[in-house]
Amino acid sequence: MIEAQRLEKHFGAVTAVREVSLRAADGRITGLLGPNGAGKSTTLRMLYTVLVPDRGDALIDGHSVVREPLAARARLGVLPHGAGIYPNLTARENILYFGALQGLAGAARRARTAELVKLLEMEEFADRPARGFSQGERLRTALARALVHRPRNLLLDEPTNGLDVMAVRALRRLLQQLRDEGHCVLFSSHVMQEVSALCDEVVVIAHGVVLEQGTPEEIRARANAGSLEEAFVRLIGAVDR
Amino acid sequence: MRAVLTVFVKEFRENLRERRTLLSALILGPLLGPLLLAGGLTLRLERGVGESDRALQLAVAHGERAPNLLIFLREHGVSVTPVDYDEAAARAAVRSGRVQQVLSVDMDFAERLAAGAPAPLELYADASDLTGSGDSARVRALIGQYSALLGRLRLAVRGIDPLLAAPLAVQDIDVSTPATRSVLILGTLSYLVLLTMLMGGMYLAIDATAGERERGSLEPLLTVPVPREQLIYGKILATSVYMALSLSLTVAAFAIVLRFTGLERFGMSVNFAPGVALEVILLTLPLVPLGAALMTLVAAYTRSYREAQTWLALLLLVPTVPLAFAGLLGLRPHLALMAVPSLSQHFLITSLLRAEALPASWVALSVGVTLAIAALLIAAAGGLYRREALLG
Repeated sequence: MIEAQRLEKHFGAVTAVREVSLRAADGRITGLLGPNGAGKSTTLRMLYTVLVPDRGDALIDGHSVVREPLAARARLGVLPHGAGIYPNLTARENILYFGALQGLAGAARRARTAELVKLLEMEEFADRPARGFSQGERLRTALARALVHRPRNLLLDEPTNGLDVMAVRALRRLLQQLRDEGHCVLFSSHVMQEVSALCDEVVVIAHGVVLEQGTPEEIRARANAGSLEEAFVRLIGAVDR
Repeated sequence: MRAVLTVFVKEFRENLRERRTLLSALILGPLLGPLLLAGGLTLRLERGVGESDRALQLAVAHGERAPNLLIFLREHGVSVTPVDYDEAAARAAVRSGRVQQVLSVDMDFAERLAAGAPAPLELYADASDLTGSGDSARVRALIGQYSALLGRLRLAVRGIDPLLAAPLAVQDIDVSTPATRSVLILGTLSYLVLLTMLMGGMYLAIDATAGERERGSLEPLLTVPVPREQLIYGKILATSVYMALSLSLTVAAFAIVLRFTGLERFGMSVNFAPGVALEVILLTLPLVPLGAALMTLVAAYTRSYREAQTWLALLLLVPTVPLAFAGLLGLRPHLALMAVPSLSQHFLITSLLRAEALPASWVALSVGVTLAIAALLIAAAGGLYRREALLG
């Protein structure tokens, strides 16, 4: 469970995010939807404790990202935007490294890594050096790395960027599976189809402000629009004017 | 503490697979310095030996005007070639390098010599030609000897004791020992040791900070539930281990190479037994964490791999600054200077190789101050990793 309370972040004179509050519940996939530069990444980065909010706070399973960042991080699996992996390590070693940093040891660490290699269908390239991996292979490695400590909450920043159709479908299936196991999944995207295909809950964000939160159906109805896309365009348009 | 170790093991292993790091830390650095020094020494040695053995070549114009001088020169190993140059031809011949020097006997040489007046000779040589400077000095010395001989004979003929013309007698007494004569070489050696040591950790320091950020793997790393300073401590530790390996290999290579260069033929000796090599390594070791922390800190501030490379290449020169100042000011080692990292190591290494006793207070101050500065830099690097500006 992730709860953000009036998060605010400035970079110099620019206000990136203002009074952002949102809730991502367990067993739900929540989509953070907004145009480029809306403040999606800044919001997520405050949630996964890489940025410190100027004001406000967020709770990860009840742990404050400001006051107990270590406890919050332990409950988070994170796939940052353009997540890089270590080119001189194999995919398996990349995962093992994060397993160790997450406090796994010995046989448990190796077993969990093997489990993820199987779950994400990485057998073919698991023991090859990551140098020269395709975009899809890199993403699966980064995803396995984020899941190695079985986090209750999963944060993904634009996870489908640069993926082909097959890889996107595989990712969707995985996120749905995690949701069904009771995990809290929060991901950002600027692609409407992706959000409407996957999300139980949508948070619309633009210019650093949350415009709407609810199920796709609720948002569509409240905006009195025929589709989620129409509702989105109306919401964004209202702010732009 | 376990995270520090995890990061260390990963960085150490990953860089074992990085050809650039391996090459500079474990192969190029440790081999280049010793080979450079040995090559330079051998070259100098061979040239020095060749010069004093070679017959002195001298072109003489109008030698028939001074037959006794020619006999004297030939007796002293000069190979005389008669030429018929006038002044312009002599200048041209020397300038073009056809001959290294020309001795020209003036027309009135014999006449003035007989009259007891200074008899004129002209020696043409090119002062800017370094390879010939030794030769013309030898010719001038021989002619000087001949001149002094004639002078003594003239005095004796006139019934005057020739010793009256030599009121002073200066004797040069050289107190240098073979070990102190090698001081220039030793200065170069300690400088090369410090340089290769730093080079050994350079690529790892860049890769672990600027490289990690450029690849986009820094952000995921910062989301693990580990205090962030521990991550950078692990990276500094890995850099330190590579530097220590590089240091040990370099010193070992120097010890082996210097054994085969034959410094004794120079009249020099270097006290570089295995035990001394070990002491050199131990005395330089405190500089390892200092260098590793400094390079990591600087690389972590830069925005890209290439920028980090530029800065660290400059940083490699930093330990040479105190060495250069000490050389310019002619500083001699004393206690206060042991508080200057890199300079103190340089003095300690040099003293060790000259087989001089090291005061315990020097060693203690050098090690203490160097480690204290290292601790400060490591803490500063930890502080940097706690700041969110790190992500750039």
